[in-house]
Amino acid sequence: MKFGVVVFPGSNCDHDAYYALGQVLHQPVEFLWHQSEQVAGFDAIILPGGFSYGDYLRTGAIARFSPVMRAVERFARGGGLVLGICNGFQILCEAGLLPGALRRNAGLRFICRQVHIRVENNGTPFTAAAKPGQVLQIPIAHAEGNYFCDEAALTEMERNSQIVFRYTTPDGREEAAANPNGSLANIAGICNRERNVLGLMPHPERAVEAALGSSDGLVIFRSLIESLTRQATVSA
Amino acid sequence: MPAMKAHVWVMPKRTVLDPQGQAIQHALSSLGFHNVREVRQGKFFVLDLDLTTREAAENLVERLSREVLTNPVIEEFRYEIVD
Repeated sequence: MKFGVVVFPGSNCDHDAYYALGQVLHQPVEFLWHQSEQVAGFDAIILPGGFSYGDYLRTGAIARFSPVMRAVERFARGGGLVLGICNGFQILCEAGLLPGALRRNAGLRFICRQVHIRVENNGTPFTAAAKPGQVLQIPIAHAEGNYFCDEAALTEMERNSQIVFRYTTPDGREEAAANPNGSLANIAGICNRERNVLGLMPHPERAVEAALGSSDGLVIFRSLIESLTRQATVSA
Repeated sequence: MPAMKAHVWVMPKRTVLDPQGQAIQHALSSLGFHNVREVRQGKFFVLDLDLTTREAAENLVERLSREVLTNPVIEEFRYEIVD
């Protein structure tokens, strides 16, 4: 099992993801430069947070056309597991691998603080280790996390249980005050219809040790590891 | 041969909230610039083209506006070709 963490010019959470997987969870993990034209040999790809290509044009808009993203798109369309965190989520939306788009926060400010998100679907490879409705405390750090899609796309996602995380209060209630950025339907993270591509604005890699204030992010990485282990067992 | 230019305007869709435009409208109002009911903020691109026919320019600009300059989920565009 090998994880790949993509490094774009301007990525700044790549080392955090590498640390979470390599040091905390003792998994084989390698960096993948944005010029790589293939992702062969990797079992899961992480698109980390940051400001790829300086967020020029729109967040994620330039990264989406980088050579590595062509390979990641092929990997995802073939069923490979792809996790996009923050800027990674924005890139996945720009690439059309996830529906919708991330707009400027409703309050216009860059927000960096702990939030609570509720697991809406624990039937994905990214949440299988979570209890149904489990509330995770994970930090956000973004200025463009205000999720938007049209009504048809929202209905479609709801019908397919693609809304994986919603912002809630610490006890799991949906409230306007618990939504930090104005996201439609309190959406913090979504997956594609096939469940192999997930994007979320909160940073699970920044919540992997008690010293960081929370280790709830481990639920997501452990889910990934368990899913890949199960896959390997089935195909062996 | 005169160069051809394209001007592309990209705007948030009407159906999409534009928090930046709203903030600008509030700032204008608090600075005493009344009678500004609404502000919407977009982007303006000037492209120098290595093309000679208007038709080729329109095809190119239409495509790159749709595929790169805008995110069709939240934005719309219009353009003009300037000879």
